[in-house]
Amino acid sequence: MAKVKLLKLAHARSGDKGDMANVGLIALKPEYYPILVKEVTAARVKEHFRGICLGEVERFELPNLGALNFLLHESLDGGGTISLKTDAQGKTYSTALLRMEIEVPDSVAF
Amino acid sequence: MKPVRIANGQGFWGDSLQAPIEQVRRGPIDYLTLDYLAEITMSIMQKQRARDPRSGYARDFVSMIEEVLPDLVERKIKVVANAGGVNPEACRDAVIEVAKRAGFAGKIKIGVVAGDDIMDRLDDYLARGVELNNMETGESLATVRSRVQSANVYFGGRAVADCLAKGAQIVIAGRVTDTGLALGPAIHEFGWAADDWDRLAAGTIAGHTVECGAQCTGGNCLVDWETIPAPADIGYPIVEAQPDGTFVITKHEGTGGRITVASIKEQLLYEMGDPREYITPDCVADFTTIQLEQAGADRVRFSGIKGRPATDLYKVSVSYSAGWKASGSLVYGWPDAMKKAEAADRITRERLERLGLKFDHIVTEFVGANACHGPLAGDPSPDIAEVQWHIGVRSEDKHAVERFTREIAPLVLNGPPTVTGFGGGRPKVEEIIAYWPALMPKSEVAPVISAVEA
Repeated sequence: MAKVKLLKLAHARSGDKGDMANVGLIALKPEYYPILVKEVTAARVKEHFRGICLGEVERFELPNLGALNFLLHESLDGGGTISLKTDAQGKTYSTALLRMEIEVPDSVAF
Repeated sequence: MKPVRIANGQGFWGDSLQAPIEQVRRGPIDYLTLDYLAEITMSIMQKQRARDPRSGYARDFVSMIEEVLPDLVERKIKVVANAGGVNPEACRDAVIEVAKRAGFAGKIKIGVVAGDDIMDRLDDYLARGVELNNMETGESLATVRSRVQSANVYFGGRAVADCLAKGAQIVIAGRVTDTGLALGPAIHEFGWAADDWDRLAAGTIAGHTVECGAQCTGGNCLVDWETIPAPADIGYPIVEAQPDGTFVITKHEGTGGRITVASIKEQLLYEMGDPREYITPDCVADFTTIQLEQAGADRVRFSGIKGRPATDLYKVSVSYSAGWKASGSLVYGWPDAMKKAEAADRITRERLERLGLKFDHIVTEFVGANACHGPLAGDPSPDIAEVQWHIGVRSEDKHAVERFTREIAPLVLNGPPTVTGFGGGRPKVEEIIAYWPALMPKSEVAPVISAVEA
């Protein structure tokens, strides 16, 4: 087994709904999707975003797209026009998630 | 069957002015759709209309129509836009004036979808027990009633289709959903029934895919972003819709950008909640049923989409005044740029305290070090070339926010060294307009649809 950043296995896009950010995590190859499902749990994402996500994290599976969707509640300082953050819409949370390191078989880690 | 080509030329009010013109001129399309409304837009437009009863809509739309009107008439291209804002009738009158001036009087019919603006009826609804509680917090609207700036119901694609059925070549809507702008033409062309949930869901997902303009054609695309062809000439998306609910997303030949399964997946997940429950006024779409396939260069085919019955509620967006905010920044240079920026922050916070100013919240960021990814970015290099210190405050007390704006510039002379970046002047105090999402029974409100000759 080896540690790799999600950046090697997935791409992502994020956006906002009020004070909640969503991060869509998409497997770069179909064989990576089960790894994402197993490793990138809601609890791990909540831990990863500590200090940023103050609420709960929900996870939804889209096997048809090889993708997971995460909802990060209370993550945008109130969101929209209230927020004082540079990234009030959470648009860069996509690559913030791709910083996460997970354990994968050596064959996947190249 | 020859597909119906539904183009998107605007992802938000402020998107490329050139995109809709290129969509009309660089290849064949049947419909041009344009999304102008964000939640904040409605409150801005309410304020404009309060000052001038002839305003309160997207003026950019009228200039755009003026430029492409000869093409629209000659090629019978229809236009659907939520450019009407809080005054769609005034927007229509402005378009009619432009059409007459250009010699198209009697040659084009302009439609309006209105009835979404419930600002004047709020007290009546509340008195009759239509509660409009906050969807997220459950609070009663009464808590912010006196500060409400705008209130609009989201109508769907069906209202757009009904307007097209009246013969409108240009449909000017108020608060119609972004997805309804593309679904409406599909309903009109194919006669999809109000309970044809799978096809309505397909049209909705087509609308979601193109509603953010070039964000599905290679814009903001993470996969292979450095090799996206000709980004300066990026093509905006076109739905090639079929009556059975399948469709292809493509763009005009010869334009830049790139449409792949990967670029499409990114957009599908944008601003997504529960993918099985994408709720619109027309249906509930299930994003877990979408099947994608690369069907040639810059062509992605969608099939298999399933939907479920619509709910009996409309979403309502209320905006209200929620205090004041301001933010300022300075740039600190090497050496010890980060330490200097941190010192500036400490000094400023201490000064605000000594002044006895009360804020609901103060946020500090160091651009170049942690503004995007916060603690995930780790500590910056001690040798970092420069850091932008950024501080923002918000308060119900406008005076406190105004006083804050005077505390940034003095640091240039009385704070840490190697400082610049104050050229923008004193920070601006902004009113915070917040949103109040609510639901209301569909039986309480209906779209008001009309169409007249220019």
